[in-house]
Amino acid sequence: MPKIRLPKSSPHIDMTPMVDLFCVVLIFLMLTTTIRQPEPANVDTPFSISETPLPDFNIMTFLLASDGKVFINFDNGSDTILKYRPKILAAMGERYGIEFTDVELRTFEKQKSSMGIPIGNMKQFLNAKDNNERTRLQVGIPMDSTDNQLSNWILVARQVNPNIRATIKGDSNTSFEMVEKVLDILQDRNVNRFNLITSLEAVKINLEEIQQ
Amino acid sequence: MAQVIHQSQVRGKRRAKKQVPHIDMTPMVDLMCLLIVFFMLTTAFSKAKVMEIVLPEKIKDPTKQEAPKISASRTVNVLLGPDDKVYVYPGAVKPEEYSANPPILPPLTETDFSAEGIRSILLDRNKALFRKINDFNAEVISGRIEISQDSAKSMVAQLKKDDDTGPIVLIKAHKLANYGNFVDILDEMNICGIARYSFVKITWYEELMVERAAGIASTATASAR
Repeated sequence: MPKIRLPKSSPHIDMTPMVDLFCVVLIFLMLTTTIRQPEPANVDTPFSISETPLPDFNIMTFLLASDGKVFINFDNGSDTILKYRPKILAAMGERYGIEFTDVELRTFEKQKSSMGIPIGNMKQFLNAKDNNERTRLQVGIPMDSTDNQLSNWILVARQVNPNIRATIKGDSNTSFEMVEKVLDILQDRNVNRFNLITSLEAVKINLEEIQQ
Repeated sequence: MAQVIHQSQVRGKRRAKKQVPHIDMTPMVDLMCLLIVFFMLTTAFSKAKVMEIVLPEKIKDPTKQEAPKISASRTVNVLLGPDDKVYVYPGAVKPEEYSANPPILPPLTETDFSAEGIRSILLDRNKALFRKINDFNAEVISGRIEISQDSAKSMVAQLKKDDDTGPIVLIKAHKLANYGNFVDILDEMNICGIARYSFVKITWYEELMVERAAGIASTATASAR
């Protein structure tokens, strides 16, 4: 009987199909994803059973950090021509007598993460050279009754984009006092409909237990 | 002779074939792997979910507008307290009771956010409606009723609208509660299928009740009376 001879050297695996496959997956991921914007504050959203997805456009987000700072964010609108962000900033500057240059408006358009900058420091923020300087300026939007910039941001955003909807992204540990303050300011501006951003959680109810 | 030449040609061809360089793809695979991992980690794969809440409009001019009246027998007050505690009391406190000195306040039932806590209290009050919604959903799932998803949703909304025995839940938050509690309680409303609920501002005597029950120093100001 002839002996089967096993090859002594290790078999050479052709990696080319694997590379093809990875290429396809990589291209798919690159095209379908939007890179997560780094937020100025870490926020752990609470859980709920709601399954409605967050809309992509026409939202203003209020980020309520657990340390009591409020950050705000707008989107650019469903079309790039709309350019809501620079328009909102320009209108806001007009209210406070600050004129922003085209370069500054463009920087604001590109900077898509939430911001918590008093309007007086906005120019400094937009002209900042590195991210360290930017994060140092993120002190939260002032919202006391004497200098209620948050209220003005809401007003201006709703003037620029009438379809804008308020979403609230809060940390589970944010004290309710602050949440109530923000809700109050929103209600003063006649915004009564809110979307609360949550993470999905499954809940099961045992019906028999209740019927007993 | 011809044969010899032919042979050498064959040999030459074979040699040329052997000289085709075999490119080792392994490093490329490594690189791709790294890129894929990077993209998967940096991207928001699951989109965030939202929960909608509509607050009652603010009453700006109390002389022209009046707060809507609801029956006290159906009212359940849910007070969010400090340290993730929830307090429940039914009905309402009458003006002559809270303005008495010292104020006569109803006892609070202390509970928590677990399935045996606030959920069982609410489900107990909301049994009839919850069972109706549940039966309807079960029939849709089992295929006994053929209905599109949208109309199923509106049917549930109609069931909630027609309900006139379930509780009217008033959610009130003490300032020491946190945002997580607020979302949790709204979530419980959805889980228990409560037809009518609203978030209202806490009154000074309710703050006092929570503070007494939680055993903390009172912060309610006399001027609020």
